[in-house]
Amino acid sequence: MQPFTRLDAPAAPLPLANIDTDQIIPKQFLKTVEREGLAKGLFYDFRFDPEGREKPEFVLNQPAYQKAGVLVAGDNFGCGSSREHAPWALMDFGIKAVISTSFADIFYNNCFQNGLLPVVLKPEEVQQLMDEARGGNHVVSVDLEAQTVTSPSGTQFTFDIDPQRKAKMLNGLDAIGETLQVAASIDTYEMKRALSQPWLEGA
Amino acid sequence: MRSMPGKTLYDKIWDAHVVDTQDGEAILYIDLHLIHEVTTPQAFAGLRANRRPVRRPDRTLAVADHNVPTEGQALGVDAVADEEARLQLQTLARNVKDYGIEFFPMGDVRNGIVHVVGPEQGRTQPGMTIVCGDSHTSTHGAFGALAQGIGTSEVEHVLATQTLRQKKSKNFRVRIEGEPAPGVGAKDFALAVIGEIGTAGGTGSVIEFAGSAVRALSMEGRMTLCNLTIEGGARAGLVAPDETTFAYLMGRPAAPKGGAWEMALSYWKTFFTDEDAVFDREIVLDAAQIAPTVTWGTSPEDVVAVTGLVPAPESFETPDKRASAVRALDYMGLSAGQPITDAKIDVVFIGSCTNSRIEDLRSAAQIAAKALEGGHRVAEGVRAMVVPGSGLVRAQAEDEGLDEVFKAAGFEWREPGCSMCLGMNPDKLTPGQRCASTSNRNFEGRQGRGGRTHLMSPAMAAAAAIAGHIVDVRDYL
Repeated sequence: MQPFTRLDAPAAPLPLANIDTDQIIPKQFLKTVEREGLAKGLFYDFRFDPEGREKPEFVLNQPAYQKAGVLVAGDNFGCGSSREHAPWALMDFGIKAVISTSFADIFYNNCFQNGLLPVVLKPEEVQQLMDEARGGNHVVSVDLEAQTVTSPSGTQFTFDIDPQRKAKMLNGLDAIGETLQVAASIDTYEMKRALSQPWLEGA
Repeated sequence: MRSMPGKTLYDKIWDAHVVDTQDGEAILYIDLHLIHEVTTPQAFAGLRANRRPVRRPDRTLAVADHNVPTEGQALGVDAVADEEARLQLQTLARNVKDYGIEFFPMGDVRNGIVHVVGPEQGRTQPGMTIVCGDSHTSTHGAFGALAQGIGTSEVEHVLATQTLRQKKSKNFRVRIEGEPAPGVGAKDFALAVIGEIGTAGGTGSVIEFAGSAVRALSMEGRMTLCNLTIEGGARAGLVAPDETTFAYLMGRPAAPKGGAWEMALSYWKTFFTDEDAVFDREIVLDAAQIAPTVTWGTSPEDVVAVTGLVPAPESFETPDKRASAVRALDYMGLSAGQPITDAKIDVVFIGSCTNSRIEDLRSAAQIAAKALEGGHRVAEGVRAMVVPGSGLVRAQAEDEGLDEVFKAAGFEWREPGCSMCLGMNPDKLTPGQRCASTSNRNFEGRQGRGGRTHLMSPAMAAAAAIAGHIVDVRDYL
């Protein structure tokens, strides 16, 4: 998992509430053998018509937002199924932070497993970001260490986050990352084992 | 001076593998990681995304088993008709190549069901920790190894760190004492245990199987017993290693040789439960009281002696169990009170990680041979298939002439794989078909949508094939 410290990136406004994981990534994309490549299915029914043609009006299809790194969305983002494909798809597209007034529990948890930062702000703050993101300058700064979001016009908002989760995100620690903190213990164990059970080496 | 209380076999394996602890979780070193095509693609993708290597490719072994067809394997993966299965198989081949992991591909004589291959190759050894992205990894506990099924995120974790983060389970001992009747074996023991404790009875525990009847089992029998531990809710089962274990391992490709064998042997002999060890729970079964056992319903705990009757829903204690029984009887097309031997069979499946080893095939072939002597074959209208657990099991059976017996008696002799155990490959039941199966799960739709599964031993399944309905194998010995 990549550490998340600070992000300066274009923000795409998605002023809809209750965006569920089926909308984030529909079921036909769940048969993949990869976590990679899911960007093609991200918001599929928002981005494409039934014939597979791009809908130019959808925000992520507009040239100004195709490189968006932040999504600003309405209440209860990520509700529905537990599919981890949802954060995978967002990250594969290049989204590294989602800002909303609230998130569904499972999606919120899944974000932290994958280095995607979910940021909860007050409704009026989300609204201001949404409005500013529609303008010409729509670069938002998200600073996890300071727990701040800075709008394109320079207004700074602060957000809350669980300190342990914050620490793991800052260090890029998923379970594997956490375990690798004791890599030296694993090295030592392996060295001892190589001596006591040499028949298991190079098998 | 009073010394520390004794340790169980599980305690000893656990203690020997704790690398460190973090946030109240132990980090357990993993000695052997078995992988297959279905539960690994996203794990490898995760490694790639994070640019992480596989820590110990030399302690990892890959097979292709869940998706493979059980015929035409020599044509190769590109000839697999199912597009998604083919892609998963091709993805595994690519991943093992990229990460330098040994792989027995489909068609290789060493390939087969992951839980048949590990022991057969001598990879599975006493005192080890073993994981695989498959719940029936419990099978390997037959060697006195702590072996458990894990999820895809954990597969990725083990690939990257060669460890598993875990909290310790409870110690549960199941003793089976005495001598079983002829025609009664490990599968009957396992079904009887699950019938006794229920499918959640072992939840949160590691079960050690002990007692004279367990000691008397062959390694194949112990594997069958430990395989079904997960159907009793326990993630792992264990049998302490003994001379039977060591004799099985000696000379196998990955078993230590020469001086290393002696060194390994003295290490392996330290893995037993101390006399004064304390178990959180213990039950004792009398082997002599266990009859050939079959399932009547849609949960592995729905067991009945072959001499018994399909139970009435009213006989269950709780309302939800009664409701489940009503639903199961309807799904299975059975009526309360009818002898289980009334159940007419459409399909017989002899195979799966539970019962596809040489001893299983021998016991089924013995029934087939006896039938042939009496001028009988597989009953009219019954499709009977025998699916060896690996290419090597298949070859050995052919050396022993078992394939000829099966074919002469009207059984199909197929190529190795998980086959009809789980309906992920072309071997499936059609709706309403009733199957005498040596596999491990009788869940609704497990062997194919609408399929009806009766779990039983290989000899019982072979006898059912001849009779055309469930029968008491003791009448066929």
